[in-house]
Amino acid sequence: MEALKLELKEKIIKVLNLEDIAVEDVNDDDALFGDGLGLDSIDALELIVMLDKDYGIKLLDPKEGKSIFQSINSMAAYITEHRTK
Amino acid sequence: MQREIFITETNIITPLGFDVATNIQNIENKISGIQLHHDKKFSENPFFGAMINGEELDAAFGKISSSSEFTRLEKMMILALHPIVKTVPDQNTAFLLSTTKGNITELENKSELPESAYLQNLAKKIADFFNFKTEPIVISNACVSGILAVATAKRLIEANLYDDAYVVAGDEFSEFVFSGFSLFQALSDKPCKPYDSSRNGLNLGEATAAVYITSDKSLAKKGDIKIIGDGAINDANHISGPSRTGEGLVRSIESAFKESGIQASQIDYISAHGTATIYNDEMEAIAFNRLGMKNVPLNSMKGFYGHTLGASGLLETVIGIESARKNRLFISLGFDEIGVSESVNIIAENQDSDIKYFLKTASGFGGCNTAVIFEKI
Amino acid sequence: MEEIKTYITAYCKIEKNQISLDGETVFHSEELSFQDFSKKSYQQFELNYPKFFKMDNLSKLAFLASEIILKGNLESERENNIALLFANKSSSLDTDVKYQKSISDKNEYFPSPGVFVYTLANICMGEISIKNQFKSENCFFIFDAFNSQFMADYGNLLLKTGKAEKVLCAWTELYQEEYQVFMCLVSKEGNLENTAENLEKLYKR
Repeated sequence: MEALKLELKEKIIKVLNLEDIAVEDVNDDDALFGDGLGLDSIDALELIVMLDKDYGIKLLDPKEGKSIFQSINSMAAYITEHRTK
Repeated sequence: MQREIFITETNIITPLGFDVATNIQNIENKISGIQLHHDKKFSENPFFGAMINGEELDAAFGKISSSSEFTRLEKMMILALHPIVKTVPDQNTAFLLSTTKGNITELENKSELPESAYLQNLAKKIADFFNFKTEPIVISNACVSGILAVATAKRLIEANLYDDAYVVAGDEFSEFVFSGFSLFQALSDKPCKPYDSSRNGLNLGEATAAVYITSDKSLAKKGDIKIIGDGAINDANHISGPSRTGEGLVRSIESAFKESGIQASQIDYISAHGTATIYNDEMEAIAFNRLGMKNVPLNSMKGFYGHTLGASGLLETVIGIESARKNRLFISLGFDEIGVSESVNIIAENQDSDIKYFLKTASGFGGCNTAVIFEKI
Repeated sequence: MEEIKTYITAYCKIEKNQISLDGETVFHSEELSFQDFSKKSYQQFELNYPKFFKMDNLSKLAFLASEIILKGNLESERENNIALLFANKSSSLDTDVKYQKSISDKNEYFPSPGVFVYTLANICMGEISIKNQFKSENCFFIFDAFNSQFMADYGNLLLKTGKAEKVLCAWTELYQEEYQVFMCLVSKEGNLENTAENLEKLYKR
């Protein structure tokens, strides 16, 4: 799972245009939304697209996103379980 | 001496008809323009939307011009303007065009950017058809464009920069916009339900609308409408979500009231934006409550027309004008049970009611809001 | 209407890898893509606003000009009632074309919400409003070219009717690597009158 977590950090930085942030700055259990990385509602939608595009996971209920995208840890766990790519 | 500004002519082109009377008849009969469509161009699954019948459009356009040079949106706009251009436009006549995406469908399958994609080119084609003499003023300001164009025309005439104005507003149902709203999870899987507890998004629509605005009092007949106040203030909160406190909308309405000289208690009807997304409708309910307007009869026309983007502000104003003329409140179609945290007075049935003053509001991406107050003379 | 006089009190221009404020060059770089030039400018002026990197090019252009022109021109004690009066020729076509491309191939179909949100020209005004907390009048117009007469007239009427205390007027045009922003701050006190003629002169300088 470690490789996936690193991959996720790289992707998030790239896809969400987090210019000033490096992979080392993101801890596995940091909050991605709110106070942590400060992502917003458009970022959440981008992550939903990323789940589909890169991991073949179609999120039927976007409200699930809240728990899935809580941290790198929760994302990696969800993707590992549901990925089709 | 402050000029008085009147709307003396109106017309609309929608899935519910190509003139105002037909549209009102359908509204009275609670017939919605929103239908279930099966078109894989837009979606793998069937979807709800409000579209104008292409054959009917071409047939209607064919009666006024045999030209094949016009895009679909241009035909819709010309049809909207055609019956109301009764004066001879001169250097003192402004021409305003409101649209969010213009001829965006022209981008499909093209390797180069077509000239028709430029909004001024769209406007010039319409202007040339009617021989308008002044440089078109194009407003492209998200979903408030249609009503913002009315406010802008009024401001320009009031400042003596023009004496009168033709305003046309329109947007087409496009894959571009449909796909985008889909990405934003903003589309409902059923006919939209503004302010309702089970609302879950909007339906896309398309339409054009046109009005004639003038400072010439001799052209204003009883039942015509005076524009008495406006405001167009940004939330400064988020580029795609409205302010949770409705800040920009509240200030827009307050600015309109300040200018109008009337009080909130004098408003007889509100034609609100009501897209049926969770956040928009909630924001509006909060805003109207902050202004002490929770008991004012209110509707959204999106249940009849879907969200017509750059057309919506003007289309819905035209319907509001008919409401005032007929002293008739139209049902806020799609509403069953209140689903916003602050109570508002949603019109549940078509009914008679005296209307002298009404308020039109709109909100859009980018945090924009617009409010205009109208008085029936 | 009250007899209010209006003045151009500051102006900023950005084009061809060069930024000038009130007629003086404040930054220029060697020939770079707009993306790289805008990043360098951001660093040069120490803007410290990470959301900048989520913006599309039109918003970056307008935002840069606004940061430069507003520095030192904002009140900290109370709200600034500065209306935004913007116009361009190409609307949001630069981003529209990118977005259209992303939906044109049904087999490679992954459009981005972060791109779609910028397919409206007025978003650039929203970005400036948010950064500065300007809860003020906004309108985005489309003209073929910088329309000094309209911008002067409309800016003046916003001030004279009390709809705003100041106006940030801008011609903010961008399509791919062709870009130009001319932004002015118009106030009720100053030396240079806000007229079409003066705007035209500054624009051409």
